[in-house]
Amino acid sequence: MEVEKFYYDNKIVKYFLIATAFWGIIGMLVGLTAALELVWPELNAASWLSFGRIRPLHTNAVIFAFVGNGIFTGVYYSLQRLLKTRMWSDKLSWINFWGWQIAICTAVISLPMGISTSNEYAELEWIQDIVITIIWVVWGVNMFGTILTRRVKHMYVAIWFYIATFVTVAVLHLFRSFELPFSLLHSYPAFSGVQDALIQWWYGHNAVAFFLTTPYLGLMYYFVPKAANRPVFSYRLSIIHFWSLIFIYIWAGPHHLLYTALPDWAQSLGVVFSLMLIFPSWGGMLNGLLTLRGVWDKVRDDVVLKFMVVAITCYGMATFEGPMLSLKNVSWIAHYTDWIPAHVHVGALGWNGMLTFGMLYWLVPKMWGTKLFSKSLANTHFWIGTLGILLWTIPMYWAGFTQSLMWKEFAADGTLANPNFLETVTQLRPFYMMRALGGLLYVTGPCIMVYNLVKTAKQGTFVPDEAAEAAPLVNTEATPGEHWHSKIERKPLKFLLLALIAILIGGVFEIAPTILVKDNIPTIASIKPMTPLELEGQAIYIREGCNNCHSQMVRPFRDEVKRYGEYSKGGEYVYAYPHLWGSKRTGPDLFRSGKGNAMNKSEAWHYKHMLSPRTTSEGSIMPDYFWLTDKLDYSLIKARIGALRTLGVPYPEGYEAQAEADLLKQANEVLELVKADPDIENARADMEVIAIIAYLERLGSDIHNEVKTEK
Amino acid sequence: MLKYIKGHLTSIDGIEIFPIISLVIFFSFFIGMLYYLYKIDNKTVNEIKNIPLEEEEK
Repeated sequence: MEVEKFYYDNKIVKYFLIATAFWGIIGMLVGLTAALELVWPELNAASWLSFGRIRPLHTNAVIFAFVGNGIFTGVYYSLQRLLKTRMWSDKLSWINFWGWQIAICTAVISLPMGISTSNEYAELEWIQDIVITIIWVVWGVNMFGTILTRRVKHMYVAIWFYIATFVTVAVLHLFRSFELPFSLLHSYPAFSGVQDALIQWWYGHNAVAFFLTTPYLGLMYYFVPKAANRPVFSYRLSIIHFWSLIFIYIWAGPHHLLYTALPDWAQSLGVVFSLMLIFPSWGGMLNGLLTLRGVWDKVRDDVVLKFMVVAITCYGMATFEGPMLSLKNVSWIAHYTDWIPAHVHVGALGWNGMLTFGMLYWLVPKMWGTKLFSKSLANTHFWIGTLGILLWTIPMYWAGFTQSLMWKEFAADGTLANPNFLETVTQLRPFYMMRALGGLLYVTGPCIMVYNLVKTAKQGTFVPDEAAEAAPLVNTEATPGEHWHSKIERKPLKFLLLALIAILIGGVFEIAPTILVKDNIPTIASIKPMTPLELEGQAIYIREGCNNCHSQMVRPFRDEVKRYGEYSKGGEYVYAYPHLWGSKRTGPDLFRSGKGNAMNKSEAWHYKHMLSPRTTSEGSIMPDYFWLTDKLDYSLIKARIGALRTLGVPYPEGYEAQAEADLLKQANEVLELVKADPDIENARADMEVIAIIAYLERLGSDIHNEVKTEK
Repeated sequence: MLKYIKGHLTSIDGIEIFPIISLVIFFSFFIGMLYYLYKIDNKTVNEIKNIPLEEEEK
């Protein structure tokens, strides 16, 4: 048969590769800044630089900018070669590239400005969500076009992982972005409280699964065999790995909500599926590591393999730890503590980071047709990277246990041994210093890498269109006696459909009942919607990213009830758009900060504490929110109330007309209470801080109100 | 639109059958997969395994 000549598009790979390295360093530097702010709160020198705003910038930058571009780099390189064809459309490739970078750039502006939905890893607002959706679809169309015009009969396992990534991230993103916009840059989520939380962690966990894991497993199945120059250990195992991973992963989300107000059946379901997840995860890890059987000696001097071995090992550790953390008794210790960031960073720094670096060290010499400029610099990168991971995570594991044990410790007389939450914070400062040092070491690595790769590129010549040839694919029809799986492996659209069904089963069967069955969230008659001023306060709480350090979920534990008050009931969140339960307690839980609770503080205390935390709480690491003295902009209040009514919050019809007057009235009342403290002189009713005080004074207080029933 | 979806979904009858359906789908899919893995011949396996390696050796 006559062979066809064609060209691989290397230029698009080169651009994504550069973007990966660039955003990687930016994202990690933002992370380092955030880490330093936890040691020296003075570094929160401006609103846009404060921890609550740059922590989402860090997570979004490393996930969607660094790993996102890493995915595209690897996919655009491997897909063309695995299918022996050029990308289907150069135009779509470039829309994908520039669109993705533009979306990232908008986030770099919007997140420090405090424009956020508050939902972890989905902080971007509705208008950005639309842009991302379009770009994602462009990538999918380009990928499927490429698959359909291929010259290879079978789709190699890496491609299945790319397809699953595409379809699942699309579903997750659409569902999580189901929100009601009420201005260009603001929206409320479609569901409140418990339901919003369930959707959030169904999304959040699967963002880890299908953005940080499946595409990188695809890359592992391509680049590890390439680097080792051996086929994957077991193709059969890779089939089991793939299907069981995508079938099971989608169910595991509720393990983020153990002991919360989420219905118990949903929590148990999350635990069971998380435990099962260890099998496909470890199957995949072993498949990666065993690919190196017989060539382990190569690992000694091939730096690419070194990076990959550490990456796969970290994947194995993180996916062992994950199921363990979903056990209720382990979660009891770990949840809300620094153990969780440690777990996450084994995955992020180890698995995603190291695999990306390995891939880049392999790609650049290949695409520029030369040898790596300096092996010893790459080795240096490898060792400080590995050391950086250890220095980042070990102190945080230690800190997590310390924190948890201190929270839960009781004195002999039955009182809390550390009644002041702050005692558990100041204790952790040395650990936070070590973590920042670990982060500094780690980010030095990619800087060295960039130098090394630029030098490498300079000594070679880049071929933008790499020539290749292959015979065209004549017949994809079934051969007699062929099995159905072989068939679908050749039919990408059917494959997509099967993968979609696999992940939808998990989503539908888990989420639908919570949303549908009213009994799952018993309503509480005394819970009332927020006032206009409190709504504005909540908006500022979200803008400043308070939920990054403060949870709003008191779990039914002896120590938490003692420390914070009555444990949280699902029915208390029916008007909580969004839920704001949080995932980390760098500071105390705030759900019972409102009036009528034991931990309630006065308006004047909040005023002083918010503007200068260390005057009321020595050793606090909270930023000075000096910009909250700005004038409150309540121009959106009518739109807020209208939007919330649409979503089901029972504001009376026409309440918008009265909202502003109510807001100003309540602001004056709060001001009077603030001024009760003779030390406070410059307070004004129109300050932003007044709104956030009103919000905090309301949180978790309705449950104490008596309900008068009409007969 | 939101109201339509939120309200409409509540009317699904017999939602109790959902878990059973999902278990059956799960179970049969994995049985089918294992059967396939048992049946597939080694020649095909090796052919697919080597796809990443064959491309540029020529």
